[in-house]
This record gives sequence, C-alpha cells and structure tokens, in this order.
Amino acid sequence: MSKTMLTVATRKGTFILESDDRRDWKLRGPYCEGWPVYHAIYDATTGEIYAAAASEWHGSAVWRSGDLGETWEMSSEGLSYGDEDGRKISKVSTLARAGDRLLVGVEAPGIFESRDNGKNWSLLSTLSGQHGSEAWDDPANQPPGHLGISGFVTDPSDSDSFFAIVQGVGAFETDDGGSSWTPRNKGLRRDWPADYEDVGFCVHKLVRSSDPKRMYQQNHVGMHRSDDAGRSWTEITEGLPGDFGFAAAVHPHDTETFYVIPVDGGHGRTMHEGKATVWRTRDAGSSWQPMRAGLPQDNAHLGVLRQGMTIDSHDTPGLYFGTSTGQVFASADEGDNWSEIASYLPAISSVDVAILD
Amino acid sequence: MADVRLPGTLTPLFPGLPRRLEVEAPTVLAAIDSLEQQWPGLRDRLVAEGPALRSHIHAYVDGERAGLETPVADRSRLDVIAAISGG
Repeated sequence: MSKTMLTVATRKGTFILESDDRRDWKLRGPYCEGWPVYHAIYDATTGEIYAAAASEWHGSAVWRSGDLGETWEMSSEGLSYGDEDGRKISKVSTLARAGDRLLVGVEAPGIFESRDNGKNWSLLSTLSGQHGSEAWDDPANQPPGHLGISGFVTDPSDSDSFFAIVQGVGAFETDDGGSSWTPRNKGLRRDWPADYEDVGFCVHKLVRSSDPKRMYQQNHVGMHRSDDAGRSWTEITEGLPGDFGFAAAVHPHDTETFYVIPVDGGHGRTMHEGKATVWRTRDAGSSWQPMRAGLPQDNAHLGVLRQGMTIDSHDTPGLYFGTSTGQVFASADEGDNWSEIASYLPAISSVDVAILD
Repeated sequence: MADVRLPGTLTPLFPGLPRRLEVEAPTVLAAIDSLEQQWPGLRDRLVAEGPALRSHIHAYVDGERAGLETPVADRSRLDVIAAISGG
C-alpha cells in the first residue's frame, strides 16, 4: 500500500505528516533544530527531503534527510556571494530538482546549484543583464526590498529548461541550464508604472499542467493562464472574490482544472470575509467554484503563502494547504470535502506532497 | 590556549562539538577558523560575508565586546554568544 507524505515547512522547523489512506494522519517533528524553514520538498530522484532554512543567528543553509526526516544534516558550503561581492544571502527561499541539479533560490536574487545532493553549492546565475537586474543587484536595495528568487518551475522532460521567479520583477525562462534567460511576462496585468515593457510584474506562483504548454499563475493582480508554455498570458480572474493571492495548484491529470486561494491584498492577506475557501475552475478559468465543505466559515482569517498549497498525483487527487496560523487542511476528493489534519503547528511556509510505495 | 565558550544553538549542528573547549589562535577569527578545521561548516554559522560576525552573534574577549580581528591572548576567555532575539 502506498503512503502519502506531506513535508511541512514552518517558522519553527520542518514537520512530516503521513497517511496510508489520506484520512488518518500522523505527525512527526519538528526537525531542522527549529530553524525558520521557507520551503521543504521531497525529492523523488534521490528519496531525500530538502529544507531551505535561514536562522536569525546562524544564517542560511539547506538541510537534507535521507531517511524521511528521522535524521538531518545541513550545509551552506559554497552558498555565498563571497566577501568582495557586496551582495549578501539573507534567506534561501525555494528549492527544486532539475535533472542532476538541486536548485535553490536565494535573496538577494540568485540561483545556486548543487550536483551532490545538497552537500556543496555553487552560484549558477543571478540573471545578470536582465532588465531590472541593475536594481536587484544593488546591495542598497536589500533590505528592505527583500527581493529574491521565490520559485521555480522545472520541466521533467528537459532538465536544462526551467522558470525562475524574481520577486516583484517577473518570471524568466532558461533553456540552457541557466546560462541565458528570457522574460516570460507578456500579457500580464500590472497596476503600477514600470521602467521596462517585459519586466516589472509581481508573479507570486507559477505552475505547469500535465500539458507543458498549459501553465497557470497567481499574480499580485490576477490569476492568469498560458496556452503557449508561458510565452503569453491571459487573465482569468473574473468570478473570483479578488485578484490577489499566493497559493495555486494544478490538477495532475486534467489541464483544465486549477485551484487558487484568493486572499485580501491589503495588509491582512487573509481569506476573504473570514471564510476559508479554495476556488476551483474546471474550464481553465472561464468559471470558478468555491470549495468550502469542511473548511471553517466563521472568523477564519487564514493566510496561505505561495508554497502553501499542493496536490498529489493519486487517480483522485488530494489537495493540501497550510496556513500562517499553523493549520493543515486536506481534501482527498479534488477539493470537494476538507478536513483539518494538523492544528497547532508554527506558521506554515510550504506544504509538499509525495506518494511513497 | 584560549578558553572558548560556544552558544547552545551551535552544538546540535555539529556532532561532538562541546560548549566549552580550548583553542590556540591569535584572533577571534583565527579561533573560529581553527574550529572550522575540526567541524567543517562551523565558520559559516558564525561569520557572514565580509567577513563579519553574523548580526545576531556577539563575541567577547575577557568580557569586552570583540570583533573578528580582536586579539586573543594565551589565557583569554572567548565567549561567543547568540544574541537574545527571536520569538
């Protein structure tokens, strides 16, 4: 029987939730010595768990576990811009596997790679020369800018091809393993002035469907869909309670089905009207339906961050999201019905799911 | 040999690293580099780019606030402290 495992990154360490039936869940943790963890993933290539963490005292590192979280090591060897550069790594934000590379996105914006599964790191790219890089490469802009690489989208069929999101700037794609980059922001809405036509967008989350040409994104101002692998985007916000949010997930077997969690775009950034709701489209964004069964509907002022929702690959996929107030909610039926499977965790940064044989 | 005291947040990261140990080194940075030889990765937990002590790590030599270049005498006491912060 397969086991479903959630890797949950929180403000105070990494936790593991496991279930044989996606109804009864067991919780383990905290791991990573309680460091603030910004993204944790299970890597099917190596069977290891990786956690990008940044301690206020001891700096940034990537933790790794080869035994599903029982024991951990960490390393930041090579994870530095060096003493002369001026840029500093204030946080490691996001992880992804691309072929034999493990990628980590950092702030100030840069991508480091490890070819030995997290033991040693080297700088892969800062996307130098791209429009906007003169600002994000300026040490004077960080902090308080806190610009970083906030997400990747990899291509399972081509390890040299992947997207990287530069916070507050936009999405960029490489097809040569990070040597060159192309902005992929055409058609996105922005409600502010910008210096360049092709950058200056606030991309929160990118996801790719099982058809590599069909992508979705949650933006600072709207949900968007691409039918040409990110080369152009069409807004699909209409029907949602707002245009702002972070979390998004795409159905693994149905390219028309996509999930988002809109939140208030002001300072609160919690779910609208205090009603916990995941919104689902079955027609690629032409219409949206609220998924609320089993989710709290009174005074539920929950926030979910950009890596905070995920979906598994069972025949009937399960959805999972973790909140900034430490709850994990799960649905084993594509979002129709939900239950709370963890209640008192620290603030959650990310939720990742894996099916283990 | 200087008498070095390390913060409790550091020892769980490096198996076998004691809270208190003796190191022979002329400066605070040299003492940290000496520990790095035995516990690879330790320097990066205390020292940021620059190099500079991480912003929430403080060092004291014989009770006086110290920087990385502060001399450490043969019988000095070097306290490395994780600042009171967080929540």
